[in-house]
Amino acid sequence: MTANAEAIGKRYEPTTYAVGREKIIEFALATGETDPLHLDVEAARTAGYPDVVAPPMFAVVYQRRSVSGALFDPELAIDFAHMVHGGQEFTWERLAVAGDELTTTLTVADVSERMGMSFVAFATESLNQLGETVCTGLWTNIVRTPA
Amino acid sequence: MKPGDEISLTVNPDRYTTVRYAGASGDFNPIHIDEEFARSVGLPGRILHGLWTMAQVARAHTEAFGGAAGPASLAELSVQFRGMGVMEQEITVRGTVEEVEGDTAVVRSEAIQDGRRIVRNARARVRVLPDSGD
Repeated sequence: MTANAEAIGKRYEPTTYAVGREKIIEFALATGETDPLHLDVEAARTAGYPDVVAPPMFAVVYQRRSVSGALFDPELAIDFAHMVHGGQEFTWERLAVAGDELTTTLTVADVSERMGMSFVAFATESLNQLGETVCTGLWTNIVRTPA
Repeated sequence: MKPGDEISLTVNPDRYTTVRYAGASGDFNPIHIDEEFARSVGLPGRILHGLWTMAQVARAHTEAFGGAAGPASLAELSVQFRGMGVMEQEITVRGTVEEVEGDTAVVRSEAIQDGRRIVRNARARVRVLPDSGD
């Protein structure tokens, strides 16, 4: 079973994520970050931020709800047993800061077959509470077609 | 910063790295945290989250080039995941500045574990501060 190409362009209901100070610190520690901007409120404020700053890769946290929703969409019919995360792109316009509320919209960017594999890609865009773009992403999953 | 400049970061994921990252990221796929499940689907054991490894690639850039801008220096990062990373084995991220134009540098990198490129074709755009030298 391969994914459904008619789903290209499908757009999902936006999801909202409230960025918390302790979640940023937890993520920073789990990924080996040592920059005090991620770990210490005073250091972040001294540098001009209102609160601790999320590492760039924290995008996986605030975009996850949207990505999970698409992965489990029955219309896409993704064969999880043969799926791997093939590639990932992020572009950051600004970093998320504790206290932000980010809204993420996801669109199915690609469903195609190449070299005996299916490619399913999701384009994501996260805006903050001021409507400013924080991060856009492209999540590429590869589904190996069983022989 | 100039073309040819190199960056490098070495990290040693311990045996609980994926457990901490699962909690921090919300990705509880059992292939990362359940040894028995991982073996049952043909893996050698629990494997690293690709996005954790990508976070090490990101950190290699922000630590090398961040300066005063710190984590905000990273404007863009794209990677391909190949093979799989495992715990308790050193990972090295190596990158080279490919070009510098205006206030942006392009850096190519990869992450290597035991001779295997587990992240390849990584390409980053890094914001360069005007006073950061050549």
